[in-house]
Amino acid sequence: MRKEMNTQEILQRHGKGADELLGLLHELQDAHERHYLPPESLGAAAEHMGLPASEVYGVASFYTMFSLKPRGRYIVRVCQSPPCHLLGSTDVSRELVKELGVQLGETTADGMFTLEMSSCLGVCGVAPAMMINDEVYGNLTVARIGEIIDEKRSAT
Amino acid sequence: MNMSNSTVQLHIDGHQVEVAAGTTILDAAKQAGVQVPTLCHHQNLSPTASCGVCIVEIEGSPALKRACCTPVEPGQKITTNSQQLRGLRKSLVELILSNHAVECPTCASNGKCELQDLANSMGVEFDRFEKVVDKRPNDTTSVSISREPNKCIACGRCVTVCNEIQTVNAITMSDRGFDVAVGTFFNEGLGNSSCVNCGQCTVFCPTGALRERSETDSVWNAILDPKKVVVVQEAPAIRVSLAEEFGLDMGEVTVGKMYAALKRLGFDYVFDTNFTADLTILEEGTELIDRVKTGGKLPLITSCSPGWIKFMETYFPDFGEYTSTCKSPQQMFGALVKTYFAKERGIDPADVVSVSIMPCTAKKFEARRPEMRDSGFQDVDYVLTTRELVRMIKEARLDFKNLPEESATDIMGAYTGAATIFGATGGVMEAAIRSAYYLLVGQSLANLDVKIVRGMEGIKEGTLSIPSKELGTLDVKVAVAHGLGNARKLLDKVRRQIAETGKSEYAFIEIMACPGGCVGGGGQPYGCTIADRARRGEGLYREDAGMAKRQSHENPEVARIYKEFLTSPGSEKSHQLLHTCYWERSIQSGSCLELKTHKHAASHAH
Amino acid sequence: MSIYRTHILVPIDEGTVQAGVFEVKRTLEREIRERGLEGEVRVLETGTVGIVGKGVLLAVYPDRIYYSGMRPSDVALLVEEHLLKGRVPSSLKHAPLDLQDGAKVLHRTGLTLPQKRVVLDKAWKVAPDDMREVLASGGYAGLERIVADRMTPEAVIDEVKKSGLRGRGGAGFPTGLKWELTRNSPGGRKYIICNADEGEPGTFKDRLILEGDPHRIVEAMTIAGYAMGATKGYVYIRGEYALSIERMQKAIDQAREYGLLGPDVLEHGFAFDLEIKKGAGAYICGDETALLESLEGKRGNPRIKPPYPVAHGLWQEPTSVNNVETLANVPGIIARGAGWFRTMGTEKSSGTKVFTILGHVEHPGLVEVEMGTPLRELVFSYGGGVSGGRKFKAALLGGASGVFLPEGLLDVRMDFESLKENKAVLGSGAVLVMDEDASIVDMLFSILKFFAHESCGRCAPCRIGTRQLLNLAWKLRRGKGRETDLDTMLRLAELMCGTALCPLGQSVIMPVRSAIEYFRGEFEACVKKTTEEARV
Repeated sequence: MRKEMNTQEILQRHGKGADELLGLLHELQDAHERHYLPPESLGAAAEHMGLPASEVYGVASFYTMFSLKPRGRYIVRVCQSPPCHLLGSTDVSRELVKELGVQLGETTADGMFTLEMSSCLGVCGVAPAMMINDEVYGNLTVARIGEIIDEKRSAT
Repeated sequence: MNMSNSTVQLHIDGHQVEVAAGTTILDAAKQAGVQVPTLCHHQNLSPTASCGVCIVEIEGSPALKRACCTPVEPGQKITTNSQQLRGLRKSLVELILSNHAVECPTCASNGKCELQDLANSMGVEFDRFEKVVDKRPNDTTSVSISREPNKCIACGRCVTVCNEIQTVNAITMSDRGFDVAVGTFFNEGLGNSSCVNCGQCTVFCPTGALRERSETDSVWNAILDPKKVVVVQEAPAIRVSLAEEFGLDMGEVTVGKMYAALKRLGFDYVFDTNFTADLTILEEGTELIDRVKTGGKLPLITSCSPGWIKFMETYFPDFGEYTSTCKSPQQMFGALVKTYFAKERGIDPADVVSVSIMPCTAKKFEARRPEMRDSGFQDVDYVLTTRELVRMIKEARLDFKNLPEESATDIMGAYTGAATIFGATGGVMEAAIRSAYYLLVGQSLANLDVKIVRGMEGIKEGTLSIPSKELGTLDVKVAVAHGLGNARKLLDKVRRQIAETGKSEYAFIEIMACPGGCVGGGGQPYGCTIADRARRGEGLYREDAGMAKRQSHENPEVARIYKEFLTSPGSEKSHQLLHTCYWERSIQSGSCLELKTHKHAASHAH
Repeated sequence: MSIYRTHILVPIDEGTVQAGVFEVKRTLEREIRERGLEGEVRVLETGTVGIVGKGVLLAVYPDRIYYSGMRPSDVALLVEEHLLKGRVPSSLKHAPLDLQDGAKVLHRTGLTLPQKRVVLDKAWKVAPDDMREVLASGGYAGLERIVADRMTPEAVIDEVKKSGLRGRGGAGFPTGLKWELTRNSPGGRKYIICNADEGEPGTFKDRLILEGDPHRIVEAMTIAGYAMGATKGYVYIRGEYALSIERMQKAIDQAREYGLLGPDVLEHGFAFDLEIKKGAGAYICGDETALLESLEGKRGNPRIKPPYPVAHGLWQEPTSVNNVETLANVPGIIARGAGWFRTMGTEKSSGTKVFTILGHVEHPGLVEVEMGTPLRELVFSYGGGVSGGRKFKAALLGGASGVFLPEGLLDVRMDFESLKENKAVLGSGAVLVMDEDASIVDMLFSILKFFAHESCGRCAPCRIGTRQLLNLAWKLRRGKGRETDLDTMLRLAELMCGTALCPLGQSVIMPVRSAIEYFRGEFEACVKKTTEEARV
């Protein structure tokens, strides 16, 4: 019920011009406790904007920041672009896969972590890097991965 | 911007050519007698520019340009065929083939596939690139259309036709990069989407990734089952669409050969949907006159096209009560075969397998609607598209071109010229006008050719003056729309008029889901252009012109069925078997939300 | 406004955040309070100083000293010695800093190398959200000159044209000409769009400009709007750049408050306003036509060109799309004149360029130097040379769609023409250095993975070609290539170069061709292994 209210509030904050669509989808996703866009959210957005539902789906599925399946509480986005790759992101990714027990694109069974690959995060100065939600973690080493993940685990 | 009066001169492969400003290089080349190879391009669709096959060289420009979407500029020197271009095009086709499930021998579009044709003409090497086809499941959620994503080359034609021409918006390009796919909302499948089953996507698909849900196996099984009485009806458009598939001229009417072929395939009774087309005119004409007389909902909108009906239920549910309650000719036929015909011939309707041959994929959906069981059975059991019939004829190795002409069964087989033009846009309107005029005036139109509603213009309209004895002179404004995008435009206007003034300027509207009407249906041969559709339509008008009886009310079989079975147009029995009701549907999933109109008894039964 | 005797600048970037800058800052503020220095010393958060990997940095102004590797436990000493007693504690790592032109300090040698800080002039010495300081330090001087000198739009465009400013997003198109084309295109509404969808791997200059000096972009876009006759501008910022979005929004709000944006800019009868649009994760949206599609709420597929955005852009209206760094040059050009701008850089590539020097270098970071600076200088002087004293092998210039340059080309000058002569591109200004142990095959694999992930998939050559290339590189990287694979890769890249619809697909050839041309032996080694294995 409360969530329904939320969706309505968010819709009302946005005009019906198509240029509002990405911003609207961002907000709907941010408001969802599982950080994703379920069919109801996309359907509501389509209806609000007067756009075909299929088109909104096509748009949402294009952009990597939008998820169409439920995600974990912490979204771990590990940068795999060339600068990070050069400085060892492959090992970091492998360690994350091991530590979390999920492959890239998957969510841990407890709904805590989603592991995603990311293109350049623009923090190449501290490569290899990853983001957990809005926080940047740089100068990563295989050894630090366990620590960082443990810290998140115990924070809950 | 008016650029039509200025022209551009340029050279293409050494030929000087002068074309209108704004012409694409592709079209300019055509005018110079040069065919630039294309793949994703279709002359009736806006370019998606996805394949790159039509690249050309422009002197002085370092970049190659796509001929399909690049406008010409004065003085250009264009090369369409060089060593470099040939090499690139060949590589490109090889690359596209590496991402295509090559199953030509078993593919629905074998022989009509534009990729196959291109590969063949270029002499490509098959194993230049490693195969990269991600196995994706076929979409079999729809009863009308199936999709094989592994054959899709992501040209985007289907999306363009669905969204721009039809404005159905069921499909979209989804995902990104190599994963790009044609999909529906959350990939729930065509059967769970706003798809109206018009099948235009299948006609435009260059590679057979989209096709009808084939029912030929079921039909063969029924034919080969000695216990079953297998009957068949054929839509008007079929008789003008087989010729082109069997080495005859496009637009040639082959009705006698069609009957012969169906008999040789093993159908026990060969009827003709044209019979119920005539019947439809009497039912719908009566409904129209009734609404005019009693001040009922106007405009009356035709209901023959099941793609249009689902579109109406999805996007214009408020037009349910404006839409004629008449079933389509296919469904009228289905209901009568398992009642009237079975009774006449003493056949147990449970043993009857009713097959229809339609230019249409939406008819498959229509036959399975829960409302379409008024005979006590599913009225029409199997619907085959033109493409499926062609396949069956080829499978049976019939020499269609040289078959002797035969005739339909002597019951429910007769038709007039008015019925045959149902297959072309404006045909239903013209047939209705002919009979309504007669019914209201007491004599036939002096000239039965109602030209204002003919032709390929998207929305046609006109006003008819009908000197009715009973009602005085009526000025009836009519409109005809074909292609759902045009229907949307027209109905938006009508909706506005009704909202603003309480009534519309139109009394009667014909809507056909497919551009060109049924001859341009989604079940018609692959690859047909709008011009091809026009030629088929002209074939139907030629047949009409040559017929002795050209008005539906002149059909003796129709008179007989009213006399022996239905009583009169709009009778209670007619309403029970020949009329239907409409739903409101979800735009997202296409599922029924609520019944918008109810099946009611005949108005004058009260 | 109180007068402070000392400012302590606290550069905030991901490197200093990692190192715990906020805790240091809190400690510093507490110490200052406890010592009663609140009225005298002011602590300011700024954008990056461009030095990364050196821990928390604190710059003391006007003393021109900066400290690195600061920990909370160091703060008390700094306050006690430097702020109270006025002497630099030698136990803390420090170095002189020239705030006027900007400087990059080499810790090992203590040498300072001059930078030409134009676009990053204020980025790290002025608090980006302190409007009074922004104005006091010369912010909006360009706009003021337009008003004061009653410059016509044509005069503004003329000045930009004379400056020789070229697009810094990669293509190098003359900015003034783009504005003129937009101005002269018929259309009801016109738009200026700032392309801040920075996604080129190894590039973060735009982010630092937006975070460190967002008002520069507000000013530049207002000038552009005035020049082109646009009343609306959009800043399309990468969705991942949360801080850039926040700082930019604040700057826009402040500018409105000060009448620098709105219905009557500087009471000069000119209406202009800005709006931020947030991207959603798609490298391709850095292409201007894909960006327009995205801004219109669609999939970020590049458009068919022509028509070009200057004639038919956003909502089909004339639109100029300019990169952040390009725009950041505009206020200076207007305030100080085209002549000043032309004193920097080369004849055909005037001005400065921001480079990010990354990978196997001693001092990774960002520098702004004149166009035409030799690559060798960037790597060995500003970057401090190859890390660990190893040998230089290659530099990848310009990001993923850039080229690998071998040691033999280290003396190439970093400007549009010189690079073009060497079949290279300036691109975004990223310089990714690889040492002798790096595998070019592996790096090319990484690049192709990036392309496969970021191809929009609209056109067949790129959609399928990127996947084919990735598969081939993957096989080679695992030593399982075939002899024909190298030719197949080149053939694919050439095919994409000729037939892909947009610059993304067309530019795959840059890394592929350069990698194979300059480092063919490495690739052949990956092939040979297979043939030998096959023989055994």
